[in-house]
Amino acid sequence: MSAAERAVGPVDPVVTRILEVLSVVPDPEIPAVSLADLGILRGVEKNPAGDYQAVLTPTYSGCPATKAIQDSVRAALDAHGLTRIGIRSRLSPPWTTDWITDEGREKLRAYGISPPERGVGQPSLRAESPVSCPRCDSTSTEEISRFGSTPCKSMWRCLSCLEPFEHFKCH
Amino acid sequence: MSALASSSSDLQKARFEHALRLGDDALILAQRLGETCGHAPTLELDLSFANVGLDLLGQATLLLGVAGEIEGQGRDADALAYQRDVLAFRNCVLVEQPNGDFARLIARQFLFSSWQLALFQKMEALPDERLSAIAAKAVKEVTYHERLAASWMARLGDGTEESHKRLVDGLAWSFRFVEELFEVDATIAPLVAAGEAVDVSKLRPEWDARVAQVFAEAKVARPKPMRVVMHGRTGRHGEHLGHILSELQFLQRAYPGATW
Ligand SMILES: [Zn+2]
Repeated sequence: MSAAERAVGPVDPVVTRILEVLSVVPDPEIPAVSLADLGILRGVEKNPAGDYQAVLTPTYSGCPATKAIQDSVRAALDAHGLTRIGIRSRLSPPWTTDWITDEGREKLRAYGISPPERGVGQPSLRAESPVSCPRCDSTSTEEISRFGSTPCKSMWRCLSCLEPFEHFKCH
Repeated sequence: MSALASSSSDLQKARFEHALRLGDDALILAQRLGETCGHAPTLELDLSFANVGLDLLGQATLLLGVAGEIEGQGRDADALAYQRDVLAFRNCVLVEQPNGDFARLIARQFLFSSWQLALFQKMEALPDERLSAIAAKAVKEVTYHERLAASWMARLGDGTEESHKRLVDGLAWSFRFVEELFEVDATIAPLVAAGEAVDVSKLRPEWDARVAQVFAEAKVARPKPMRVVMHGRTGRHGEHLGHILSELQFLQRAYPGATW
């Protein structure tokens, strides 16, 4: 059971249905993982008027994918006849890479992206703990650039197998 | 009764001004950093500045969104960003300063980010949950901005004779604008008294200590006191802001309501 389900109670069949539909919606920038895997899908809420809302959270304040994420959630809901389900964004508590599920971490690694370390993400200029190569598991690696193809990833190279790879930064 | 009414409307106006100040600081600095795209000294710095700008733009969108909600006149973040003229902007004059050379840009970024970090840490305790949530989210981002700028302060200041000189010049240019960051003026004072805004004057000791630490690492002296420039919060800006807005707002002014 995910944290999202616990938050609203798993007994509500509508909530279960919404979570089921949304559990497979991929992240627009890293399609190998779902929004649920990344912890971006925060849950489903029912307001006093009885309306259901899917709650999303942005990764970074200026994440350019925020709009695309809302659009794909809308499209998934509509495609399953859940047209009346609203979508809302919530900032607090702020998203952290710790919310990426174990399954999500494995999917990232299989996709060639080294997943973030566990423990509350401490932004730093130089990564403090060793980053392991998603291809050969070597920890003999070095950071090439603090930013990669998206703001949430940095660029690394493996000194063992010599392959470049991306690392999902702790945040 | 009328005194009460006027005081509550003053507070409401102060709440709007408060959110505007925070949002405009982030918006204008984001726009300045956007100018460096494709022009930074190295590819990695180019990406760093663009991403710092992106963080700030995200913060500006959220903060101006709150300002619009407080105002209650139907203006959203886009309307506030694109449809106000120079006199209605409330950013501090530090962020509208031209980028200058790399050292001046770093000096401006360090002075601003170290202040913004101290401010946002305190803002996490504000009663308005919209503002405290934005601050809590942004603290993680600004921590990186501040460290990036501080590390380059040290590299430039403790680098070559030329890089040291340029950093000293950059700080000398920027330092006269920092007093404004710590001023609690008549507009915001009632909000500070009500516990709804951070008393920025009280951030000074912590900021001074951090600045002294980084200046020591960078082997530069604190710039000598100079004539203070402080008027952005009341809408009196330098010539620079008009040029920034002419670029930022061009599309919406030429083609009002354009979307894609
Ligand atoms: Zn390897």
